[in-house]
Amino acid sequence: MPETSAETVATSPEAIAERLAASRYLADESLATAIFLAIRLGKPLLLEGAPGVGKTEAAKAIAQLLGRDLVRLQCYEGIDAAHALYEWNYQRQLLAIRHAGEHEIDIYDDRFLIARPLLQVLRAPRQRVLLVDEIDRSDHEFEALLLEFLSDFQISIPERGTIRAEAQPIVILTSNRTRELAEALRRLCVYHWIGYPDAEREAAIIMLRACDVAEATARAVAAAVQTIRARPLAKPPGIAEAVEWANAATILEKGGSPWPEAFRRAIGVLIKDEEDLSYIAPELGRIVEEALA
Amino acid sequence: MMRGESLPRAAAPFLGFARLLRRHAFAIAPEQATSFMQAVTLLGPRSMSDIREAALATLAPSPDRHIEFEAHFRSHFYGDAKPSVEGEADEETRIKDDGGMDERESETERREESGELSSALEQLSARDFQRADNGLAAFRRKLTAALPVRRSFRTVRAHLRGKLDLRRSLREIVSADGDVPSPLLRRRQTVPRKLLILIDVSGSMKLHTTDYLKLAHATVQGADRAEIFTFGTRLTRITSALRIRDRDQALARAASQVDDWDGGTRMGPTLLAFLSVPRFSSFARGAAVVILSDALERGDHAELEMAMRRLSARAFRLSLATPLAGDPRFQPATAALRAILPLLDDLVDGSSIASLTTFILSLARPAPAAEAIWKRVS
Repeated sequence: MPETSAETVATSPEAIAERLAASRYLADESLATAIFLAIRLGKPLLLEGAPGVGKTEAAKAIAQLLGRDLVRLQCYEGIDAAHALYEWNYQRQLLAIRHAGEHEIDIYDDRFLIARPLLQVLRAPRQRVLLVDEIDRSDHEFEALLLEFLSDFQISIPERGTIRAEAQPIVILTSNRTRELAEALRRLCVYHWIGYPDAEREAAIIMLRACDVAEATARAVAAAVQTIRARPLAKPPGIAEAVEWANAATILEKGGSPWPEAFRRAIGVLIKDEEDLSYIAPELGRIVEEALA
Repeated sequence: MMRGESLPRAAAPFLGFARLLRRHAFAIAPEQATSFMQAVTLLGPRSMSDIREAALATLAPSPDRHIEFEAHFRSHFYGDAKPSVEGEADEETRIKDDGGMDERESETERREESGELSSALEQLSARDFQRADNGLAAFRRKLTAALPVRRSFRTVRAHLRGKLDLRRSLREIVSADGDVPSPLLRRRQTVPRKLLILIDVSGSMKLHTTDYLKLAHATVQGADRAEIFTFGTRLTRITSALRIRDRDQALARAASQVDDWDGGTRMGPTLLAFLSVPRFSSFARGAAVVILSDALERGDHAELEMAMRRLSARAFRLSLATPLAGDPRFQPATAALRAILPLLDDLVDGSSIASLTTFILSLARPAPAAEAIWKRVS
């Protein structure tokens, strides 16, 4: 897809929702509004929600609708500046020093600079969308570093000076809310909480994502998944699992399994925790039959 | 930001809404109020739902407080009745989390609730928080060094045993004009593991809760990352209350947050509720988890067993300290205890502050599993 100016795409929340749907991502009005506002106000977008509600998918769809590459920075405990901003390629620097002999060389040349995601985005803000995934996994120091980056969109490299983005890049942060984020970060961003979709929307998502699935199957899966999510499970199924369940059950049904049986046999792609499986097993038959009714 | 008087009149309700939220302890920065108005302008606004969406996106209320936010929105923009603090049905295990709440606000709100809560306050103020220290100061000092550690992803400089630190070495080489100095090393840092303490505040533990709270206060003051919850019929997070340095103030505040003093225990459902909140259950991951309870679960213990299995799968070490074990004749004989014994790393004496502090300070040292010890005793 060709690169498009962000403002020409973001004319209204409805236009965003339409274009996202064209990228096979169904956003509700609230999410489309948040994306629209983030683009037009030039602020980062912070998406929070339970695992599996489609936060990362939303970022991918936004990159696609803008026709830009997605640069993903996956956060983890212990992530630091060298993993997020830049690092010097020390081995190459050493080799260059050895080869140079008596000659002068600049060991802080671009050749030796490894650009990590944040620097990559600063260098080409109009061609990239930055996804800072699972920010809640990083620790407070990294959050502070990110806060600094997000407020000025610049990086200081002591040997090279300050690199500043010539345009405001589009940044999406996601969090599973395993810990509270700093208030300052929430203030800086446009915020949206993604919940699980209702049965109707989930059925629509399943039909969009799993091409071979009949509408009735998608509706039954969506209804059953809603019921299952209401149970106290260790790992409630996400949307991707619901799509896989619909797919797997359809394949089994085509292979000769009757309907309720196909759902029961494919349950392993929906629930991936042994204890959850044994917890839900006695009820599963009833849940599936009610959903199919 | 512009002063209120210089703004067009149409802007007043939006600023007013931000002010209203601030009065109810939502942290709203001035630039958020500005963004809110910009967002409303960008969206048209074509309907009230646009204004609501703009408010949600820019004022960013925490998901825990969405219902409250919604009520304020309706009262401000639709003129609905002012939201009141609603009581909840007692059927479900309720989780109380003080994270992100303004302290003063929550206190006044809770005082207004009256009845049950003020009686909890009285009960606790009637409890004698003795000045006697019981060695808690020493415990606090020793705690960080005594906790089990894990290797972090970060590295620190090392003099011996480590990997070559190319970044620093290269700087040395350049500054020494190409001479190779002695190699500089780094190795992975060790960090103390998190400590999670779950305190049973049901009636059968009445004699011990005061001691446990004192211990919890010393723990929060001493450890880098500790979380304290109380449970009886409900689950309450009291960590932030215990961050107050003065012990009496901290305990009084914690007491005001706990609704279920001296009630029954629903240990299984409460622990399952704890595990179903991702933020809480992720705290248990890799942590030393200490449960202070007699584990006298009423009725069926299947849920307790399931909760303990999940906890033990997440935790680095899962320990149950029961005051009953203070009696030399104690045996883990109840059905619930027998069921969870194989899942426990430790089943120890929790009858006094001294025995508990000694135990917590020994968490870093390996010990045989609880089941092995108790089989030997019986």
